[in-house]
Amino acid sequence: MSQAFTGTLALTWVAISRDRIQLPVWILAVAAFMVAVVSIWNGDLSQEELVSVAQFYGVQPAVRMFGLASGATLGAYIMSRGFVVFAVLVAVMSILFVVRHTRQDEDTGRAELIGSASVGRHANLASAFIVVVGANVLLAVLIGLILTFKGLPVASSFAAGAAFAGIGIFFAGLAGLAAQLAGTSRGATGLALAGLGLAFVVAGIGNILGRVDEAGVRVVSAWPAWLSPVGWGQQMRAFEEDHWSLLGLFAFSFLVLAAGAVFLETRRDTGKGLLPERRGPSAASPGLLSPVGLVWRLQRGVFLSWAVGVGLFGIVVGAVSADLEAMLDELEGFDEIFERIGGTDVIVDAAFVTFMGILALVITIYAVQGLLRMRAEESDGPAESVMATAVSRRQWVTSYILNIALGTAALFLIVGLTVGVTAGIVMGDVAAWAADLVVAGLVHIPAAWVVAGAVVLAFGLFPRRTALLAWMVFVIAAVTGPFIGAMLDLPEWIQNISPFIHVPAVPGESVTAAPIVGLLGMAVLLTGAGLLAFRRRDIDVTSV
Amino acid sequence: MPTAISIFGLVKNFGSTRALDAFDMTVWDNEVHGFLGPNGAGKSTTIRVLLGLLRRDAGEIDLLGGDPWRDAVALHRRLAYVPDDVKLWPTLTGGEVIDLMGKLRGGLDPARRAEMLDRFKLDPTKKCGTYSKGNRQKVAIVAAFASDVELFLLDEPTSGLDPLMVMAFRETVTEARREGRTVVLSSHIFADVEALCDRITIIRQGKTVQAGTLDELRHLTRTLIEVETERTVDDLEKLPGVHAVEREGLQTSFQVDSDEIDRVLRHLVQFGVKSLHSAPPSLEELFMRHYGDEVSEQKKPEEA
Repeated sequence: MSQAFTGTLALTWVAISRDRIQLPVWILAVAAFMVAVVSIWNGDLSQEELVSVAQFYGVQPAVRMFGLASGATLGAYIMSRGFVVFAVLVAVMSILFVVRHTRQDEDTGRAELIGSASVGRHANLASAFIVVVGANVLLAVLIGLILTFKGLPVASSFAAGAAFAGIGIFFAGLAGLAAQLAGTSRGATGLALAGLGLAFVVAGIGNILGRVDEAGVRVVSAWPAWLSPVGWGQQMRAFEEDHWSLLGLFAFSFLVLAAGAVFLETRRDTGKGLLPERRGPSAASPGLLSPVGLVWRLQRGVFLSWAVGVGLFGIVVGAVSADLEAMLDELEGFDEIFERIGGTDVIVDAAFVTFMGILALVITIYAVQGLLRMRAEESDGPAESVMATAVSRRQWVTSYILNIALGTAALFLIVGLTVGVTAGIVMGDVAAWAADLVVAGLVHIPAAWVVAGAVVLAFGLFPRRTALLAWMVFVIAAVTGPFIGAMLDLPEWIQNISPFIHVPAVPGESVTAAPIVGLLGMAVLLTGAGLLAFRRRDIDVTSV
Repeated sequence: MPTAISIFGLVKNFGSTRALDAFDMTVWDNEVHGFLGPNGAGKSTTIRVLLGLLRRDAGEIDLLGGDPWRDAVALHRRLAYVPDDVKLWPTLTGGEVIDLMGKLRGGLDPARRAEMLDRFKLDPTKKCGTYSKGNRQKVAIVAAFASDVELFLLDEPTSGLDPLMVMAFRETVTEARREGRTVVLSSHIFADVEALCDRITIIRQGKTVQAGTLDELRHLTRTLIEVETERTVDDLEKLPGVHAVEREGLQTSFQVDSDEIDRVLRHLVQFGVKSLHSAPPSLEELFMRHYGDEVSEQKKPEEA
């Protein structure tokens, strides 16, 4: 057994030196973001203000999705407000790292080369885990130091850092497991990110269903929160009770996931997933025989699983809307909070605006990931063979853009329909709710297309940096966007960067043409520029 | 004679690296043209420029009467490409990829497709993700040769094939030539090139170092002679065109420039020749001569 890990240390150094730029950039970016956020939420808040912001997170069930109220202190306030954002950043960093150093190596054949040297079967996986755990610990210490220097209690500051690291390490383990299950690195990343999305939603549901204390500043979460690693991090309640013992839960679950990954790795062949390979048709159906048909064939599995996922989520959101209405009716005096976040004082409308906004960000991930397939096909796939046939570059790129743009639009339609129809069934008047919420979904399409256009431009101009730039654009658009941006209290000019801020807050507001036309114009401009750049540049294949 | 490809003074830079440095190559219509050079010499870069995948920095190219960058789509209907490292979509079957590539190129002959599948013993129902390197190469070869095109650009097409499949490949190329098509065969496998090619271009560090028929190239190079004599051979080194003399008692071996053989033989008979063996240079030796210089220069600079 120990032989299976031979060479782990050597590969650990290789992993560190291969990732000497990307991983430090992530760590420093997260740390810098923490510095920025804590500086903006400065410590000048009075006790009354601290009570009122804690109540904001405590009393509003919909807002509890984003943060857990843990008392009226500055530290607790920072945790309520920033926790989910930082948890997601740390988890995404860990997932991308582990997949990059395990499954992606197999896709590129690098693992085969390493595997033929005198290294054990699990050495690569083990070295990836070692580096990613180290990175998370380093990040925890950095966050602890930053919060301490901002004048917060020392032990609690490090407890906060540890909570984020725990989440990062959990998702590193999950990504290691996903890398064994999926057939490709894209599949593994998708699977692990889906796990993160689920963890976020489950923790949020646990908090929404929880009970708030009489002062309205502390929420005791319901049991679903304990099913989610994001929930565990929140339950550590840094700056309130500092439940260090919960780190044991993270450590234990990581070990279980890692052991599962190791176990699965002994049961499969390098380069293959666990799902059995089936035979297929010996000849192509006519639908496949065009660039558009090819892209649809490649993308349809991903699209259909997204359609089912957002559809189910839409049904859940629609179904709870009546309860939400009932709950919110009991609360008085919070209209201005909803007006701020949802742009309307009609509480249910505001809640829908919030949900649609979150789903818009999630659906934009589909667009970004789908367009990144172009780069994967170019650098390490059959794109050059396709472009050596009578398919022009413009045809090749537009077949992707069309597929992804229409797929993204379809997902928004599905979300609007599912939320609207189920809300209508629950609250009565299906037609009106469906019409309202379909519009509420569709108005986000131009904003998602702007992000997609930026990805096409990055692909046209900087092929080797496409993935990094694409996710940077997405993170900026999300962080400066209407929910996270408003919650983080970012200055208005920064929030205006995000295309999502310009989306009309339907169903609260009425639809206005100007922002939609503006966003569409921007999307067309970015896409067109990317297409032009791509037609003029060399095809960039990684192998010589 | 009409040319399928003529390249003159082709330059391609990648950042500060010059991959092609005033490279020249002429491929005549209906010939099998061997394209030889070590890794990194610029073979794949040349082929990618010909395919319009890379944009040239300088030089003139005429490909089937058109410009490879400007007329890419029209030209691609008339040629087929087999890349060095064939990459396919893991979820599509081999048969689907063959049909797709054929269709995108402008059409496929179903009878020819069936014949090629049979010849290369390829199972078209398997997913590409499960194919070995050799099988992926077969998919690309079948897709290429089932298309009715004028020109084939083949980048190391036999590197993953077993010997039986290499014979099938040679048969396929020979047929294509008989049907009047043109083939550019970039390869490391000297035996393939010797068996198939009418003319050869040798590339080194992005420059053409040698081009012509195999016979022409041989004429320019040296023959290896091993001789056993009654007395020790003297003064051999003083003759023009003699290289790499090695003596072991009465056994002598040396290389001689092909146009000096006559003079050397006259010299040898003075010493009572008991046996003599001469070998014309193989393609491998031709090739090594161009690249061997580099090695010996590095090893013993004082002798250079």
